[in-house]
Amino acid sequence: MKKLSRWFGRNLIRIYAVVAFTYLFIPVAYTFAFSFNDSGKSNLVWKGFTFDNWKNPCGAPEICSALGNSIKIGFLATVFSTILGTMIAFALGRHKFKGRSTTNLLIFLPMATPEIVLGASLLSLFLVFKINPGFWPTVIAHVLFCVSFVVVTVKARIASLDPRLEQAAMDLYANERETFRRVTLPLVAPGIAAAALLAFSLSFDDFIITNFNSGTMTTFPKFVYTSAARGIPAQANVIGSSMFFLALAIVVIGQFVGRKRKVS
Amino acid sequence: MSDIAKSARGDLKLSNLTKSYGDFTAVDDLSLVIPKGSFFALLGPSGCGKTTTLRMIAGLEEPTQGTIALGETDITDTKPYQRPINTVFQNYALFPHLTIFENIAFGLRRRGIKDVDDAVNKALDLVELPHLAQRKPTQLSGGQQQRIALARAIVNRPALLLLDEPLGALDLKLRRQMQIELKWIQKEVGITFVHVTHDQEEAMTMADTIAVMNEGKIEQMGSPADLYDNPETAFVANFLGQSNLIKGTISGNDGANQIVDLFGQKISLQKDRSHGVDNSIYAGIRPEKFRISRLETATSGNVLTGGKVEDVSYIGVSTQYQVLMPWGQELMVFEQNDDGVAPFSVGEPVNISWEPIFTFGLRGDEDAEAGTEVNPDEDLDDE
Repeated sequence: MKKLSRWFGRNLIRIYAVVAFTYLFIPVAYTFAFSFNDSGKSNLVWKGFTFDNWKNPCGAPEICSALGNSIKIGFLATVFSTILGTMIAFALGRHKFKGRSTTNLLIFLPMATPEIVLGASLLSLFLVFKINPGFWPTVIAHVLFCVSFVVVTVKARIASLDPRLEQAAMDLYANERETFRRVTLPLVAPGIAAAALLAFSLSFDDFIITNFNSGTMTTFPKFVYTSAARGIPAQANVIGSSMFFLALAIVVIGQFVGRKRKVS
Repeated sequence: MSDIAKSARGDLKLSNLTKSYGDFTAVDDLSLVIPKGSFFALLGPSGCGKTTTLRMIAGLEEPTQGTIALGETDITDTKPYQRPINTVFQNYALFPHLTIFENIAFGLRRRGIKDVDDAVNKALDLVELPHLAQRKPTQLSGGQQQRIALARAIVNRPALLLLDEPLGALDLKLRRQMQIELKWIQKEVGITFVHVTHDQEEAMTMADTIAVMNEGKIEQMGSPADLYDNPETAFVANFLGQSNLIKGTISGNDGANQIVDLFGQKISLQKDRSHGVDNSIYAGIRPEKFRISRLETATSGNVLTGGKVEDVSYIGVSTQYQVLMPWGQELMVFEQNDDGVAPFSVGEPVNISWEPIFTFGLRGDEDAEAGTEVNPDEDLDDE
């Protein structure tokens, strides 16, 4: 008994880790497993193994047009929010100007505001300006909430950048533009890349704000939500799993490249 | 303007240079000339304004007042990249995303030089690290990074090379080695070096001329030997090495010498080494210039009698004594262990003597402790 409790004490942290990761990954494993379900209409009960869903991910009606919309919106929102957010981050991180601390505070607001409030007020704003909900209002809404996350991420990277590196570049005959291009930007790039990935996944994921502002256009989260009533097709699991593995691959490759850079 | 600045050569002239941050004056009306081709050191404790001065010369800091000129060209208002001046930064500031080769080539490429291979390889040879060309800075040791930072600056053949505490991060042994190497490289390339340090030994090892800075001003400027043997202020006397400063009054003249009364005992002081303004004076003597002797031993030169050994530390090459004088002051005496005389013991009555030429005189109204409270070896980030 004593032996057992000592073993338990020594391995507590390992046991905890296993339990925590199991908890985190059971839904993912479930999603992945049921992407192989020969389900027919409803994907709630296991009916047999098949590759059919993976062979034909667009098999369910409208699923791929919804996915296409999500990717398009995600791409546009990522590009605009990354550019905008990076510029704001540089302004906040590198320049002292009147109203800097106010700007800092305002940047946090969209993150702190409940999405339901943000989504509803955006919709009423669009309607006031007589803009009908749809593709572009959704893009605008996504840029709005992604920018904050981009600013926070890029600003952290800029803050950790040694200003002496830029001074060294200026000292070595690089003017302001060259210093930015040759030294500042390459060093901040990992932060910008991380911010872009974050922006994309935020946009791709979003349901609440999208639901308010997209009108009749369907995105992937909207598709999953509406089909939940009749039974989510297994193809949704295929796409969900693919997204998960794609994200995993990006992270693994990122780690690998980072480590290789340090070692070689 | 910028093209003229880029090709400027000659002596560096700082005129009335001032830098204030609000109420705080970091550099206060500083004027000096650094001759072309010299190895010049700005020496002082943390916060004395030496790094600010260096950064103004580099163009990284704008002077509040005053001008900086290189030869005949005023470069005060030019950008850092328009000045033929390069800096070796305190933490080296190598670009972490570039290889060593590209780090060194950076300045050449920015000036539009296409074929950089030759120059970069020569610079790598000069610092004896040609095999590291394709590495990244993080894979190098501190000493190697230091040399690459030097190569990256020197490869541009600037009119002026600024070194900001370049050896601060290295361990003692490596620092000694780099001091000798830096001096050799300076002779080899013939570029004017301006070196900022708080380490008096480092400054004395390398520089032809040292300017001792304190509170934004230059206390004294001269060769290492000048500064050490004939300091003009208590700060210099204490900051460079150690000094015994004994309060006294000038009581008479004897040709080229002044007669100084130190608590009733008369010594002589050369007039050209006396920097007092009135009769009140501090007589200064370096601890190793003192001779310590038993009462029966004959003495010559300047003599102070009535001492008593308070403390003895045997440190190999020398023995260090603290000798208590009749007026209550403890004097430091360093004796070389080379004359076969057995060390003195604590409590023994002794006389102290020295050659009169080793005496220097400081203003009697100075703070005798100035420059002692700052430890020249502490490794603080300057300013």
